[in-house]
Amino acid sequence: MLEKVKEIVADGLGVDAADLTAETTFEELGADSLDLMDMVMSFEDAFEVEIDTDSLAELTSIGKVVTYIEGLQK
Amino acid sequence: MLEGKIAVVTGASRGIGKAIAKKLAKLGATVVVNYNGSEAKAQEVAEEITQAGGKAEIVQCNVADYAACEEFIKAVIEKYGKIDILVNNAGITKDGLLMRMSEEDFANVIDINLKGTFNCMRFVSRQMMKQKSGRIVNMSSVVGVCGNAGQVNYAASKAGVIGMTKSAAKELASRGITVNAIAPGFIETDMTSVLSEKVKEEAAKQIPLGHFGKDEDIAEAVAFLVSDGAKYITGQVLHVDGGMAM
Repeated sequence: MLEKVKEIVADGLGVDAADLTAETTFEELGADSLDLMDMVMSFEDAFEVEIDTDSLAELTSIGKVVTYIEGLQK
Repeated sequence: MLEGKIAVVTGASRGIGKAIAKKLAKLGATVVVNYNGSEAKAQEVAEEITQAGGKAEIVQCNVADYAACEEFIKAVIEKYGKIDILVNNAGITKDGLLMRMSEEDFANVIDINLKGTFNCMRFVSRQMMKQKSGRIVNMSSVVGVCGNAGQVNYAASKAGVIGMTKSAAKELASRGITVNAIAPGFIETDMTSVLSEKVKEEAAKQIPLGHFGKDEDIAEAVAFLVSDGAKYITGQVLHVDGGMAM
């Protein structure tokens, strides 16, 4: 899942997936809330989950996205 | 042209909304005719559409009610699986001079015209983002652009719709969703039929084309903005007012 999330983030923000780790934060990538919302839609499609809009504030890093989505899939 | 498309038109039981609903249905869209109080009139609109070979259903919702809008939009998505077109048309007037306008009359107009538009866009946007497509058309007014004595509440709501339209257009553009506003001038509807002949004559003098528009004129503009031909147009205000504002 980490690899897929990295791929979506790389695609969404135009960065190299190889530079991303679980610790990479969206802030350091310069993503704004709109970029994040855009990626959330892609996460939803890719993992067939629904991410609560109120949870967006918690999704500050790639690792946190992975943990959050894993939580939804259980 | 709009075959297979699902369109929601708010305030579609009469006037401009009715004309829009009929036009979109004529072009092939399945139309959700929203109404608040006038169920019988909404039913008539749906019947006119189905008798003409189109598809329509009526759904009650007060667009000023945030929670009700959530339920309304959710139900449409559950039934049809998508929403391609949202036309935020529901609106009211409570005219009066500034120094005599009650807090209630100000708030009611803002609640329905401005907040109602926000509410519906709010709940439709997520679905459209998922679809990576969608068309939103918001009804503004020439009054929101130029102002009008006796309508500070209405003008504020319609100017607000323009600001909201442009902001939403910027937020949703990356997902292929267009958001535009139409600013009708004086159109022959129930809303303007209450004006006295003298007021109407005076109003007509301000219109370069010299006469009031018809609700079909607005419906045509909506049909254009939701068509494929308008796919590169977003965040715009299309004035359909006989040249009043230019």
